[in-house]
Amino acid sequence: MPYAGSEQTGDRHSVPVAIKILVAGGFGVGKTTLVSSVSEVRPLRTEEDMSEPSSMVDQLDGVELKTTTTVAMDFGRISISDDLVVYLFGTPGQRRFWFMWDELAYGALGAVVMADTRRLADCFPSIDYFERNGMPFVVAVNCFDDARRYPIETMRSALNLSEDVPLLLCDARQRASSRDVLVALVEHAVARISSGRDVTPAR
Amino acid sequence: MIYASSGGAFTRVDGSERVVRPYALTAGRTRASGPAIDVVALVSVAGGMLALDRATEIMSELGPEHLRVLRCCRSRASVADLATELDLPLGVVRIFLADLRDRGLVRIQQPVPVGLQDTVLLKEVADALRRL
Repeated sequence: MPYAGSEQTGDRHSVPVAIKILVAGGFGVGKTTLVSSVSEVRPLRTEEDMSEPSSMVDQLDGVELKTTTTVAMDFGRISISDDLVVYLFGTPGQRRFWFMWDELAYGALGAVVMADTRRLADCFPSIDYFERNGMPFVVAVNCFDDARRYPIETMRSALNLSEDVPLLLCDARQRASSRDVLVALVEHAVARISSGRDVTPAR
Repeated sequence: MIYASSGGAFTRVDGSERVVRPYALTAGRTRASGPAIDVVALVSVAGGMLALDRATEIMSELGPEHLRVLRCCRSRASVADLATELDLPLGVVRIFLADLRDRGLVRIQQPVPVGLQDTVLLKEVADALRRL
């Protein structure tokens, strides 16, 4: 995504480009681990208006006047060159945080949905979101040491994933493995663009 | 590849929680003025160091936090980078940036989501990531 107001010159690198990638999935699935294995991760805080679903979950007794809540995201940055930077945003996956994703999703290249075979259902809301949004995404199953391994096809059918969504195994602790997940996402996005499907997410 | 981290300007020296609620710094405002500022919009000081001099002049209408934000923009940075650098919530940083923009002190380059058509660039990104 180049920036508005940048002078278009023959040298493409004079126009700064930001690639925004979301990393989503359930609680404790390894989002922070993945972001930190490929970049230096820093907490990014947002103060958000509290949504209805959140007020049903969060304990509000005594603080009924509280209308905003602090949400922390994992923020990572990979500088490819001075004018080409990949930004990673690790976002809480629960449905009540969707309002926050809408903003992040704007102009994003795509998303990595992380899954844990022991709690597969935790990634369903994330998959729903990106399917609905039309954003390219890949599913990365984080292979925890004590989790049972299943064949890829078994997991694909358990997730009810369409054939064109890449599903891969990863070890988020390993830089190379996390890197491969990002590469798979970028390649998937390129493939979708090449096949002529509109991938620009709606706001 | 890796960027250096530094202590947040708003974290107390002993590292304990800040005692001032974030929106107290913005005089209670929770919405930035003007056009929306994307999380990866790039911010730079308008007119280089001159803006810093001008900011000092109009300090009476801007708070010390504005100056701190402005100093962080000396080298071009994304809004997300600024928020982590300053250890402030995104929304608060946006309000400060909109104030600075209103006074012509910063230049904010909004990203345009058209790069998705640029498969050549994306292939370059994939190659660069592979080298990580």
